[in-house]
Amino acid sequence: MTVRVFYALVTLALSAAVAFFVYQNTISPDAKYPFKFGLDLAGGSQLTYVADVSKVNPAEVPELMEVLRGVIERRVNVFGVSEPLVQVEKSSVVAETVEQRLIVELPGVTDIDEAVKSIGETPLLEFKLVDEEALAAQAAIESINIENAKITNNNKTEPYIDTGLTGRYLQSAQLQFAGQTSGGLANEPIVAISFNEEGAELFAEITGNNPGETLAIFLDGEIISSPRINERITGGQAIISGGFTPEEARSLAENLSFGALPVPITLDSTETIGSSLGERALRDGVYAGVVGFIILSLFMIAWYRLTGLIAVIALLIYVAVMLALFQFIPVVLTAAGMAGLILSIGLAVDANVLIAERIKEELRSGKGNDEAIKEGFGRAWLAIRDANVAHIIAGVILFWFGTSLIKGFALVLLIGVFVSMLSAITISRTLLRAIPVNTNSKIGRFLMSSGLAK
Amino acid sequence: MDLKKYQNYFFILPIILVVVSLAALFIFGLKPNIELSGGSLLQVHYVESRPEAEAVHEKIAPLDLGEVLVQPSGENDYILRQRALTQEEKISLDQALASFGPVEEERYTSIGPSIGKELVRKAWWAISLVVLSIIIYIAFAFRHVGDITSASERNSVRSWQYGVVAIITLVHDIIIPLGLYAWLGYYTGAEVGTLFIVALLTILGISINDTIVIFDRIRENLAINEAKKNHHESFADVVWKSITQTMARSINTSLTVIVMLLALVFLGPESTRGMAITLTVGMVAGTYSSIFLASPLLVLVEKYQNRSKTVKA
Repeated sequence: MTVRVFYALVTLALSAAVAFFVYQNTISPDAKYPFKFGLDLAGGSQLTYVADVSKVNPAEVPELMEVLRGVIERRVNVFGVSEPLVQVEKSSVVAETVEQRLIVELPGVTDIDEAVKSIGETPLLEFKLVDEEALAAQAAIESINIENAKITNNNKTEPYIDTGLTGRYLQSAQLQFAGQTSGGLANEPIVAISFNEEGAELFAEITGNNPGETLAIFLDGEIISSPRINERITGGQAIISGGFTPEEARSLAENLSFGALPVPITLDSTETIGSSLGERALRDGVYAGVVGFIILSLFMIAWYRLTGLIAVIALLIYVAVMLALFQFIPVVLTAAGMAGLILSIGLAVDANVLIAERIKEELRSGKGNDEAIKEGFGRAWLAIRDANVAHIIAGVILFWFGTSLIKGFALVLLIGVFVSMLSAITISRTLLRAIPVNTNSKIGRFLMSSGLAK
Repeated sequence: MDLKKYQNYFFILPIILVVVSLAALFIFGLKPNIELSGGSLLQVHYVESRPEAEAVHEKIAPLDLGEVLVQPSGENDYILRQRALTQEEKISLDQALASFGPVEEERYTSIGPSIGKELVRKAWWAISLVVLSIIIYIAFAFRHVGDITSASERNSVRSWQYGVVAIITLVHDIIIPLGLYAWLGYYTGAEVGTLFIVALLTILGISINDTIVIFDRIRENLAINEAKKNHHESFADVVWKSITQTMARSINTSLTVIVMLLALVFLGPESTRGMAITLTVGMVAGTYSSIFLASPLLVLVEKYQNRSKTVKA
């Protein structure tokens, strides 16, 4: 008996420690493991960009997206947002068309106009060789087309040939004035760029292989200058001149210094949630959870008496463990995640009810208290395990289905299934076995039975 | 109380509800929200007082944003729904709304069509996967039930028939919330989105549990009878005995979940209210169906099976 009481006390002490951990991390402003709230609770914005990778070799896509992520992250960091999140996401395998997306999360930022504008200013820099013949042919066809619109160009050759040299190889950009180095009109503002090692090699190769050709420089899809290649250029230095005003050149150099887009992107979706709406959602969610829990506890104690009271204590420990896990893992809490937690509290009772009902049946069949508890837990375990299999299946599929907000719900439900098995089986049993109940006495029978039975 | 006597009456309610729900689904259909169909939603809060909806409509008409749905929300809020907006259009919309007085943006969502399409496809996949895994799970859980009454003269209910009955029950549990939302969509403009689908998938997971617990009892009681060579008890008696034994558990566990869900419906955040309503309705339907639909259906199956046998002989 004393050993049982000891186990029960250890269980309670550990649970109290867990609860204290949660409490500390919740109230302390510089806690090591604070709750992490999703945008819908904390307020903030999420921007989803779609990258156009149709012209890129599929094998290179992951690397390009990583470069893109870096470029956008550097831009976003300028805003001084705390913990911005920039991540690459691929459309799911079941989508009709494969899309590469870039998701930018800006916690606390609700005025996104500036952010969108700034990200939109990231230049797209491309170098393309010009096929003079195709260019001439195209010009000719266009002029014919004006006279007779029905003639179509059957052997259309793209006059601009991709070289693979893009802004992804850019290392730095600088505003200069022509004449300081070479060529151009005196004092014309130009942007001098330098490539990284890889880019420099590629640049040398292109210029070496195509002397006399024209290498057009495209900025955001528009041709801005088409210098002729005189000789192989090593060292990875290039100049962009395009009749800029000093201001234009300065802003281009500035924008390029954050990096240039390796592939074009377009803003597809935005989501902004004001902080007051988020705060209200959080407050309402907590309130609903607390009120629900109190009603649930009253019901459990009224109906299942002693086993009900133990179940309520086990549930409290369940909630503490869940919250501690949310802080520790950490799980990003969303409104759907809170709903998941509240639902999972209701579901976690299930195991306790199953056990209480089984114990009652065992007692009715004439077994003593100790034996009834042992048998009740043993026989309920199979049902609890079977019951949870369906939850686990649904949880895993939901997790895959979910957008980030729904993943929270699925994850909470999944964690809940495992923690509830732990709390119902180990914690309830340890506590229940520590309390000596004489089922031969009237009070003892009353405490262990349920409902309207005496 | 002899529930067995009223067995066939228990089918009346589910049949009516399913017929009404299906009718609502076919007549009204479901309204997808912008997550699924693409488009944008702007919720603004007027600090002082909100203008008339008419005035808002007039003000934004020249912006050429297509069809704009202006819906009052709360005391001083408006929710505007329209097609997906470009950044410039969004800014001009903000300016138009701000011309009525100080205004705060509570929420803005703009979703491009491709993401919505992907979500719809994903939803179908998720639903199919859940249903498929549940069928496999039932087949696994009940792989031995069919063998039990081999010594009896009557044909026993086969394992796969338990599975089919469980699935009919699930379909019932899903159709009712769907019908409710078709109806709500028509009368209150309620829309379905990813959270609605999540709620449906969750109902599938929860409601199959209740059914399995009762089927489990039936299996246990059949096995006990078999061991005792007790063939006097009819299948219907075994089924109703099992229902009575598990009734307290079924109702109590559902009740605890429903208590939490109702708290979420009435006190919880606005954004999960629809989800909580769907879950509550699904839970109620699921509890009723696992007690009063699934098991009586088994009795019907058993009766039908043995009638055909005697006719043949």
